[in-house]
Amino acid sequence: MLLIALKMLFYDKAKFLGLVLGVAFSTLLINQQMGIFLGLLNRAGAIIADIPEADIWVMDPGVKNLDTIFPLRDTELGRVRGVDGVKWAVPLFKSVATIRTNNGSLESSTLIGIDDASLIGLPQTIVMGDVRDLKRPDAVAIGKDGFSKVWRDEEPALWKTVELNDRRAVVVAIVKDSPKFTSSITFFTRYSQALQYTNNGRNQMSFILAKSDGVKSAEEVAKEIRKRTGLLALTSQAYRDKAIQYVVDNTGIPVSFGTVIALGVIVGISVVALMFNLFVLENLRHFAVLKAIGTRNRRLVCMVFVQSLVVGFVGYSVGLCGAACFFEFAGRNPNFTGFFLPWQIAIISGGVAAGIISLASLLAMRRLLFVDSGLVFRG
Amino acid sequence: MTQKPDARRIAPQEGSAVVCRDVFKHFGSGQARVDVLRGVDLEVPLGRTTFLVGPSGCGKTTLISVMAGLLTSSQGNVELLGEDITKMWKGRLVDFRSRNLGFIFQQFNLIPALTASENAAVSLVVQGYTLASAKRISNQLLDKLGMAKNRDRYPNQLSGGQQQRVAIARALAHNPRIVICDEPTASLDAEAGHVVMQLLKDVASGPDRAVIVVTHDSRIYSFADFIASMLDGKILEYGPSEVLIPLLKQS
Repeated sequence: MLLIALKMLFYDKAKFLGLVLGVAFSTLLINQQMGIFLGLLNRAGAIIADIPEADIWVMDPGVKNLDTIFPLRDTELGRVRGVDGVKWAVPLFKSVATIRTNNGSLESSTLIGIDDASLIGLPQTIVMGDVRDLKRPDAVAIGKDGFSKVWRDEEPALWKTVELNDRRAVVVAIVKDSPKFTSSITFFTRYSQALQYTNNGRNQMSFILAKSDGVKSAEEVAKEIRKRTGLLALTSQAYRDKAIQYVVDNTGIPVSFGTVIALGVIVGISVVALMFNLFVLENLRHFAVLKAIGTRNRRLVCMVFVQSLVVGFVGYSVGLCGAACFFEFAGRNPNFTGFFLPWQIAIISGGVAAGIISLASLLAMRRLLFVDSGLVFRG
Repeated sequence: MTQKPDARRIAPQEGSAVVCRDVFKHFGSGQARVDVLRGVDLEVPLGRTTFLVGPSGCGKTTLISVMAGLLTSSQGNVELLGEDITKMWKGRLVDFRSRNLGFIFQQFNLIPALTASENAAVSLVVQGYTLASAKRISNQLLDKLGMAKNRDRYPNQLSGGQQQRVAIARALAHNPRIVICDEPTASLDAEAGHVVMQLLKDVASGPDRAVIVVTHDSRIYSFADFIASMLDGKILEYGPSEVLIPLLKQS
């Protein structure tokens, strides 16, 4: 009977395609939109994720995210270093700098000033160059995606010069950094050099990065720093969560993406329910024949269930492949780096696809169960 | 010569395929209530072909639906092969129907997604046969019905007469004891209608079987052994075809 059910399903190819596309559309939309949404949220805490050496971030108590920064006095660094449980503490500078690209246009970039001595604050993966060259005058490292935005259509190369806030900067290393929320071009340079690029004097420290000594946990040390200095000290994870939460609470991004996802699900349900209902309706006479010649209701339900299972599986697979292809190809564009398709979203969208097809088949089964088998005798 | 609708006076020695006793059936309620069957008494004998004839709306289709257990009667009893189906549990009735009844419909009702061979095999698949083994059996029947060359064709590739042969094969593949046909020749021309009726008579008839045919088509009355004439939900006349046919032609 199940083979007959499948033959019935595949017979009307247009309807089968419509059903599959309905599920595929919803799956694609959910995966694509949720993937981009999560990618954007990740960008909110990208700098934190790029510096795994530090497990505590210290900042002014008024700081809410990574972009609104209140500078700290240089003396705060010494106070943090003096807190019990702190293994080391280094300064981090973050600012915005204007650069001129190779085609003459001006672009906004993120400038990160890292500790002069230890170079803590530089992303872990060095794509090209030697980080020791950052000790040279005017030396900067640039993110890989940022390089392709500054020097469009050029292969990554070292010793290229660029105007950074109208001052000369020389690229001595290319690093793999996470894309940021506001700008995809990020320069890394020594802290002292960064202050020169921004023409700022003393007391310009954006953050203090610290490491707990391992005897006390990062949470305990952060608490101690708060108590001793009056500054806001958070573990890396807590600060990342805070930065992400800020985006969720203060931008229309979740509502916007949520609306698109909801629409995708509603359209998916509507299309699939309508087409599946239509499919069952068109085959109602044939189901009535099967019922008249002795097929029990539960077998008819099994037939419809198998049909819906196949539609759901094929539609989900097509949608998921579409989403995977999107992220694969879009990821090659520097503007889209960092967007990805987590397996959790694939599972969630699978659940939604199953929900859509279950709802559609339940609506269709309602007709099927109450079909009058006497219908077969009517002309 | 015409007999009154007293079932007990018909075919007493042959055993009964179907016995209807005082069967009523109505649809709707209150002012919308329509009484379709108004006390039908009928005994359909085994080993014979019985025709149900009458004008449109007289209740023929409703009566065969009740006989087949597709509709439940509002009142009265229906016995199929000695078992009272009005008292039968629904699941058992479905099994009983799948084993003992075969249906042939006016619109053929073949499943367009299945080939002739697969359509004919459906009644066996319903009984639990695999499609492959069911097709082996149904193919023999299709060959017997002159459809050997058309086994792998889909319904839309077959003529009306060929489709009806597939429907006959489907109705008979599981070897049912009662075959119920609803206007089996209505969609066919006279020649194809005669061929189909002859095939039905050849293949479906037997001493322990019964064929019940609902028809308007007076051209095929000659294939009947017994004819029951209906009017306004009642059996008006019932008797051997050689007696009933002249009377029906007169009326």
